[in-house]
Amino acid sequence: MKWSVFLPYLAVTAGVTYLIRMLPMTVFRKEIKSRFVRSFLAYIPYAVLGAMTFPDVFYSTGDVRTAVCGVAVAVLLAWRGRSLLTVAVAACCAVALAQGFLMLV
Amino acid sequence: MSAEFRQGIRHGIPIALGYLSVSFAFGMKAASDGLTVLQAVLISMTNLTSAGQIAALPLMIGGASLAEMALTQLTINLRYALMSLSLSRKLDGSMGTLQRMIFAFANTDEIFAVASSQPGKVGKNYLYGLMITPWIGWSLGTLLGSAAGTLLPEFVRTALGIAIYGMFLAIILPPARKLGPVRFVVMIAVALSLCFHYIPGLNTVSPGFVIIICGVAAAAAGALLFPIREDAA
Repeated sequence: MKWSVFLPYLAVTAGVTYLIRMLPMTVFRKEIKSRFVRSFLAYIPYAVLGAMTFPDVFYSTGDVRTAVCGVAVAVLLAWRGRSLLTVAVAACCAVALAQGFLMLV
Repeated sequence: MSAEFRQGIRHGIPIALGYLSVSFAFGMKAASDGLTVLQAVLISMTNLTSAGQIAALPLMIGGASLAEMALTQLTINLRYALMSLSLSRKLDGSMGTLQRMIFAFANTDEIFAVASSQPGKVGKNYLYGLMITPWIGWSLGTLLGSAAGTLLPEFVRTALGIAIYGMFLAIILPPARKLGPVRFVVMIAVALSLCFHYIPGLNTVSPGFVIIICGVAAAAAGALLFPIREDAA
């Protein structure tokens, strides 16, 4: 990507991400009073990650069939509370196996 | 090197290993989307956030406006504000404003989780140790993924494409299993996201705004219907 296009994006992503982390730790050290705002902030990660995962995950491997296998394994292991690394690696292995199977049949 | 610094480094190593694999997948994706190795590594070195970086790629490629990029990052990374606020009360006297400005950069989900679980207050030596290995792991993984990703056989590369989503599922499913409100919020967000991908008209909304609308609407619905008690969060 051209640097003249890339650098403004880099500055915005890094700047916004940093300010969100830095300001509450340095400037606004007060507790958030509003129950709604506190709840909203607590729920936001799950809402965002849910929306980012579906349906995109089904197109992440170039073949919906292999992606479905990966999702099934990831959901099963994540549901049982396995670590990030275990779930991510197992999902990749499931996709690789599914690809091998499809190549054979 | 103080004992606290070494302790921090030790606690950061498992985080760094996890980051290595996920940032490898990010680097690979960035390279296949047309970013150079240096550009991919620069993003990781300056952002240090999985979801924000993944979401930024299609916006960069698609030529989104800087305002859309800023709003998308704000929504996705808003959770860090809460973590920084919470961690702020756990820092000891060695964490002046300058030290806070340095450490805040590395307040990721995992570093936050480890730092908050320490007994008592935490100081700058421990926190600097804790932030350094994950940052190296995240940057190094991106370097390897963007530089060597294309050397891998096709079937390995496609299989790695799902790695980041596996990590997202590992973050959202355990609390969704335990807590009804989280389950509700995730289901609303996913349902909205599916609408924005498949319903004609709605599927022309750009990816950054889809994340913003789904995330804000689902979290607001959760906050209205299931406000969290004062002692929680």
